[in-house]
Amino acid sequence: MLTRRIIPCLDTRDGRVVKGVRFQGLRDAGSPVELAARYEQEGADEIVILDVVATDRGRDHALDTVRAVREVLSIPLTVGGGVREVRDAERLLEAGADKIGVNSAATDDPALLERLAATFGVQCVVLAIDAAEAGDAWRVFKRSGSDATGRDAVAWAVEGTQRGAGEILLTSIDRDGTRSGYDLALLAAVSRAVSVPVIASGGARTVTDLIDAVRAGADAVLAASMFHDGDTTVGLVKQAMARQGLEIRQ
Amino acid sequence: MTGDVVVVRTGSANLASVLAALQRLGATPRLSSDVADIRRAERLVLPGVGSYGGAQSALARAGLVEAFADRVRAGSPLLAICLGLQLLAEGSDESPGVRGMGLIAGCATRLPDSVRVPQLGWNTVTTRDDTSVLRSGFAYYANSYALRSAPDGWSHATTTHGAPFVAAIARGPQLACQFHPELSGRWGHALLTRWWAAC
Repeated sequence: MLTRRIIPCLDTRDGRVVKGVRFQGLRDAGSPVELAARYEQEGADEIVILDVVATDRGRDHALDTVRAVREVLSIPLTVGGGVREVRDAERLLEAGADKIGVNSAATDDPALLERLAATFGVQCVVLAIDAAEAGDAWRVFKRSGSDATGRDAVAWAVEGTQRGAGEILLTSIDRDGTRSGYDLALLAAVSRAVSVPVIASGGARTVTDLIDAVRAGADAVLAASMFHDGDTTVGLVKQAMARQGLEIRQ
Repeated sequence: MTGDVVVVRTGSANLASVLAALQRLGATPRLSSDVADIRRAERLVLPGVGSYGGAQSALARAGLVEAFADRVRAGSPLLAICLGLQLLAEGSDESPGVRGMGLIAGCATRLPDSVRVPQLGWNTVTTRDDTSVLRSGFAYYANSYALRSAPDGWSHATTTHGAPFVAAIARGPQLACQFHPELSGRWGHALLTRWWAAC
């Protein structure tokens, strides 16, 4: 039986882990290599690295970070940030990524998903969607939540998987870093609409939030602040989820 | 044997993860798509990310199919990962009309619609046969297709995602996994260590 994944997320900039609230006010949260190794030791099922600033100089830092993390990590590593072309994805894979996250560039150029899937396979392509509530629906934003795309989040998830995304990383901009729980309605809507795995992201504070996300349809739960700040550990979270009867790798 | 191991370059894949896992064994892996390297390597690794048809035609273009098949038939040390396992078989639903290497019986079929596809995550590995390098545990899978039954003459492990399928097969120093041992943490490292010792 396939287990639910617990995924610590490292938002990185210039080789350091940073964390903000609603994508703003970034503060230092440590070394990506040390955190990744610690999370694997604690039982993390996968690590996600999202590079916050993908300038040319920042991109070199990101590749160095991926190489250094790969050396110590023997679980899957997904990397996103600044992927605009197949060549960008190839560089990240060569540095040590197993899956590629693509966000803003896919909203501008949806055929990018087709090119990535044709080159690397759908299991390698993660469509990251940053969504914010707008009335009774959710709208997709790009460039770290600063620009509206006019796309509906559920429709974009469906189109993205039809074009070649093998997984959806679904972040609620409203909840990111706020520790007020995941947007469960958003999660349920996207999870129902697609047949690929969905990773819940944005707003986790407690184990109960993670359990609620799984019950709402998440195949995996991603969290940053709750692990970086030492509120809890991946191991404790997994024990608690297993006690609730969820399928967890112990 | 020395630490020699050649990783077949079939195109773009998560090769860095495979190389890192082999280095953790103390090996000195080399990437190659040269037929002489494939024939002479002490140990051969066939990684597998990408599409069935794409990977098979990359092997054929590089003229590697015959060298590879000779090694498998001779029982030489081999590690095949994910798509690498499926390429040993006769074909796959993923690329109808493309013939696999046909070194083991069976074709890969698509995972059922009743579950999330691709399967991405940690699933069980179950074996009742402790005569090979295989053991039961949890491993990381990333697949949409799988073999339904193990070929004769091989030890095997199974798992379930919507329906039962082959998790891995092993025969002496030859190991072919549907999951990714290089991404399966300490359990994967232990499996690779046993494989290395069996070579």
